[in-house]
Amino acid sequence: MSSTRRRFTGLAVGALALATTAAAARAATELTVYTALEADQLKAYQAAFEKANPDVKIRWVRDSTGIVTAKLLAEKANPQADVVMGLAATSLMLLDKEGLLLPYAPKGLEKVKPTMRDPADPPKWVGMDVWSSALCFNTVEAGKRGLEAPTSWADLTDPAYKGQITMPNPASSGTGFLMVSAWLQMMGEEKGWAYMDALHQNVAAYTHSGSKPCRQAGAGEYTIGLSFEYRANKTKKDGAPIEVILPKEGLGWDMEAIGIVKTTKKLEAAKKLADWAVSEEANRLYAQNFAIVALPGIASRLEHVPGDIEAMLIENDFAWAAANRERILAEWSKRYDGKSEPRS
Amino acid sequence: MEAVAGAAAPAAPYLRIRGVTKRFGTFTALERVDLDVEAGEFVAFLGPSGCGKTTLLRAICGLDPPSEGTILQGGRDVTALPVRERDFGIVFQSYALFPNLSIRANVAYGLVSSGRPRREVERRVAELLELVGLGDQAEKYPAQLSGGQQQRVALARALALRPGLLLLDEPLSALDARVRARLRGEIRDLQRRLGITTIMVTHDQEEALTMADRIVVMNRGRIEQVGRPDEVYARPATAFVADFIGKMNFLAGRLLAPDRAEVAGAELLFEPPLALGPGAPVTVCLRPEDVVVREVERRPANRLTAEVGVMEFIGNHFQTTLHVPGTNLDLSAYLSINAVRDLGIRPGRTIPICLPPDRLRVFPEPPRPS
Amino acid sequence: MATASGPLATPLPVPAAAPRPVRQALSRDDLVMRAGLGLLVLWLALSVVLPLWALLEKAFSGPAGEFVGLANFAAYLATPALSTSLGNSLLIAAASTVICVGLAFGYAWALTRTCLPAKALFKAIAAIPILAPSLLPAIALVYLFGNQGFARWALFGHSIYGPIGIVIGEVFWTFPHALIIVTTALATADARLYEAAVALKASRSRIFWTVTLPGARYGLISATFVVFTLVITDFGVPKVIGGSFNVLAVDVYKQVVGQQNFQMGAVVGLVLLIPALFSFLVDRLVQRRQAALLSARAVPLVPAPDRLVDRLALFFCSIVAFAILVVLGTAIFASLATFWPYDLRPSLKNYDFDNMDGGGWESYRNSLEMAALTALFGTAIIFGGAWLVEKTRRFEGVRGLVQLLALLPLAIPGLVMGLGYIFFFVEPSNPFHFLYGSMAILVICTIAHFYSVAHLTAVTALKQLDPEFESVSASLKVPLWRTFFKVTVPVCLPAILGIALYLFVNAMTTVSAVVFLYSPHTQLASIAVLNMDDAGDIAPAAAMAVMIFLTSAVVRGLYGLVTRGLLARTQAWRRR
Repeated sequence: MSSTRRRFTGLAVGALALATTAAAARAATELTVYTALEADQLKAYQAAFEKANPDVKIRWVRDSTGIVTAKLLAEKANPQADVVMGLAATSLMLLDKEGLLLPYAPKGLEKVKPTMRDPADPPKWVGMDVWSSALCFNTVEAGKRGLEAPTSWADLTDPAYKGQITMPNPASSGTGFLMVSAWLQMMGEEKGWAYMDALHQNVAAYTHSGSKPCRQAGAGEYTIGLSFEYRANKTKKDGAPIEVILPKEGLGWDMEAIGIVKTTKKLEAAKKLADWAVSEEANRLYAQNFAIVALPGIASRLEHVPGDIEAMLIENDFAWAAANRERILAEWSKRYDGKSEPRS
Repeated sequence: MEAVAGAAAPAAPYLRIRGVTKRFGTFTALERVDLDVEAGEFVAFLGPSGCGKTTLLRAICGLDPPSEGTILQGGRDVTALPVRERDFGIVFQSYALFPNLSIRANVAYGLVSSGRPRREVERRVAELLELVGLGDQAEKYPAQLSGGQQQRVALARALALRPGLLLLDEPLSALDARVRARLRGEIRDLQRRLGITTIMVTHDQEEALTMADRIVVMNRGRIEQVGRPDEVYARPATAFVADFIGKMNFLAGRLLAPDRAEVAGAELLFEPPLALGPGAPVTVCLRPEDVVVREVERRPANRLTAEVGVMEFIGNHFQTTLHVPGTNLDLSAYLSINAVRDLGIRPGRTIPICLPPDRLRVFPEPPRPS
Repeated sequence: MATASGPLATPLPVPAAAPRPVRQALSRDDLVMRAGLGLLVLWLALSVVLPLWALLEKAFSGPAGEFVGLANFAAYLATPALSTSLGNSLLIAAASTVICVGLAFGYAWALTRTCLPAKALFKAIAAIPILAPSLLPAIALVYLFGNQGFARWALFGHSIYGPIGIVIGEVFWTFPHALIIVTTALATADARLYEAAVALKASRSRIFWTVTLPGARYGLISATFVVFTLVITDFGVPKVIGGSFNVLAVDVYKQVVGQQNFQMGAVVGLVLLIPALFSFLVDRLVQRRQAALLSARAVPLVPAPDRLVDRLALFFCSIVAFAILVVLGTAIFASLATFWPYDLRPSLKNYDFDNMDGGGWESYRNSLEMAALTALFGTAIIFGGAWLVEKTRRFEGVRGLVQLLALLPLAIPGLVMGLGYIFFFVEPSNPFHFLYGSMAILVICTIAHFYSVAHLTAVTALKQLDPEFESVSASLKVPLWRTFFKVTVPVCLPAILGIALYLFVNAMTTVSAVVFLYSPHTQLASIAVLNMDDAGDIAPAAAMAVMIFLTSAVVRGLYGLVTRGLLARTQAWRRR
């Protein structure tokens, strides 16, 4: 189908869909992209991509990792998304298991670090960046309460922190899940759950989003927020009196990745987005938010995050995490759901 | 100045109603009503509330079409026609003037819609407002006019399209007594001048008697009597009509002979005779003003002696109660002031009276308990 | 005898043997109006009945759409977390209702029965919560009583996150609803009853218990049920400030949005429908009684000054008004602070929505568009529909059906309505599936959600018109539409504008129905508040809530000006 004809069809459909004026003004293909990226990142990515591809326009459907994953699974009979971008690799692996993703090798795939793509060839998904857990520690509130800054995961079970910790609910938040997954992998199942039982004693609330704990710590609502490095860096940059702490045992992490939904009717445009996502331009943009990105040599340092994140990442078995995701979440909900914020 | 629209063939009545029945669920509001109205005639539907007079009016104009029957207007069967396709103007009790439109716009309402040229509309509105005497009020709004003025605006609006039939639904009942009396004459004059066939619904007998050419007395969905006002008053066709129109003495009696009845111990002659056997229960009716007290000795029949009871001064006459000694006969009588003065009638006196046989109306049924 | 026999009558022909039933031919007006009613039935079926049906169907079917009977309900009852919510919801709703109706009664009493100074001001302040989404008080409470709240001491160590916060937030949000109802009930009191009571030397308190309270009882019952339903179906407040205290309305949201478990969402939705339906029935019953009280000719009561009572009233109303202003003021203040609580210098940083979750300024523009479209089309459909119901001749069956369908939304919580919409429109086999994710579906749903109150307003306004306007028009051969536009609409204009305002404000503030229906390009401001709060961007959430409030307030102010201007311009016919 030629692009003009497609445009024409798009126009006709748009007219039918009551959105006549809007559609007529927009002659570009509209891609529906499901994402769990932070809202403040979306704008920059969209602007750069649309500048490079003026004939494609992105429509984001944004929610937290758990919800986007659940939505995609719920819609599997009738997928609404064309592309999934910036969703946790563990979630994309789940979608792949359901046969929802289209194998596609974006242009420039060869440059991507081999650890940051689906090993299948062509890959169903390609990584964009790595995001990892981080603690936000409010120094002002800690001072008022005479609390020492924690340096490890283990420190967090100290009764002194009782009621001062918030963490994201792993069922809805990818950040929450990567923490739980990391603890279970680092400590083993039994000790991992025992650790979480102890931590649970200190947790004031499980939040829906991975950002909120850090935001709350920044606002002094609670002293410690279990969050991720991008949000921690940003919150501090916004002026919050926090210290960003990377627990010394190692950091849970996951990749944000992109994949094309098999049923898309806008394959050309979807491929363009996938191609752009592995380009150097895109990686430089990722690097403004994340220390580790898919292309080698572009890694950056986050201003307010101390230490070498890459070195602190744990060995992460994605296959295991994806395969056990449902079981882990069920167990977690059974144990701790009572303190969960709504929407978990 | 007005020509009656829809000049029907002179032989046929302008409006012919046949077998009109109206049912609301199980309730029958009109039952097999037949009526003719001549062109140019002013007919009043008179009856108590719920008698079906308004229902009949609304059936005629199609606002609530009948369940059965036929209605011919100007020779055309209009029974099932939609309201818009009929030819009538109507004035409601509430006038239903459009409150947000000026008097001029109200009167012009139908004219504008009929697509007449503006000048013609303006001329016609001016003419109509002159006709009802409101030429200088055209720019006002309904709420700024008195009730009587509003009523006349409604009339002008109803006449605007020169309808063949004018319907008035209790047009005066929202007004106070003084205005009402004046407007009666005005409407009557207007109707005469325009020669427009008019039907008015009213529960006010005085209104009907003074305005109409003919009165249709209705009760419980049926027509009780149709006739000229004097006819209906003087010779009510049924006990209901006798009771409803004017004041009436209702006396329970028993027939002795076709022209003679026993009433509360007194024997009364009446005419015309009734074709019923002796012993049949009857109601004998007599208007209070028909009790004769002057020159009683010159009258051969139904002479009685009566005791004067209470006398109430009403203004132009005395309302008096009379008792006939030796019987149970009690009567109400209106005695003129002249008669009272001339004959020296006072409470407690005994006077001769006469109940003229041709003034007695006898109905072959016992009186209804009142 | 009993037939026409006057001298002018011609002899009657023999009546026809079998009376012929008359069927009046339909005029073009009749046909047009009936067609209009038919369309209205279709519209209401599509926008109210079918979505509700889809919800019912979903509650009784499995994930693959197969019929499973009561299995979902059994599963619901077996999930302890979910059934605890039922108890929580009832508790919260009961507590909020008692407090809210109590406060509203006191306030209404002061407004109607005392010589309270500055009544107009107190009335205006009391109306504030209606102009804001229910999320606004919840967010303000975080700032007031949260762990960094400046009034935290007032909670004596209790946490605002949980039942306390929910109840305070709900009381704030539902207060004007209760106040309107109770004020109406109190305002219609018959002065003669009081005169009689005073003449009988009854004491003030005795008069209160024997005259005032019984006179307002229907209003109180009605307010009680309205508030109870609003609270039990609201999820904005508990979502923001409920902490781990789960309630039904949030469960629906969690099940559907969080876990994409539509069946369970439908089940909880149906559970929510029960109190709402019950309250609807009681309210209808009470309204009828209240109307009967009203129709009696009453002499309006003019309160007499009483220093002590007036001062007490002023004291009480000032506290309530102050509380309302504090909540609103806190939201505004927090939205303007650079970095709460550490940097309170004013800045507009939090209004930079484009760098937050929730859709940015576009969501605000979408809300404006949605509210404007809802007000425009909603008013047209609802007023036109009410007119058709009132003025179409005969056709009783269809008119009755429309009347019923028009009242139905009153019994359906927004959350349930929204759920029904996704179930109905998400099906690709539905010919209206193309509406899914569009602005149109938000508008349609919002119109349906708020149909009943607007419809009742329209019907009341139409009933005040002379019923014979249409008869006169027909007799003058004027098409009905002309009378509709020339007379009905101008005379009803204040009511029409009132409906438009009602729809606009509700469309701006509503969260419950549309939260399931928005799509990325139809993000709404009220939902942005929710999402920003979710992501921890609570100050921007407050800022957006303030934007919604300001918009509603401005539109309301415009409405006041326009109606005043209209009344002034047209007073020629309104006043003698």
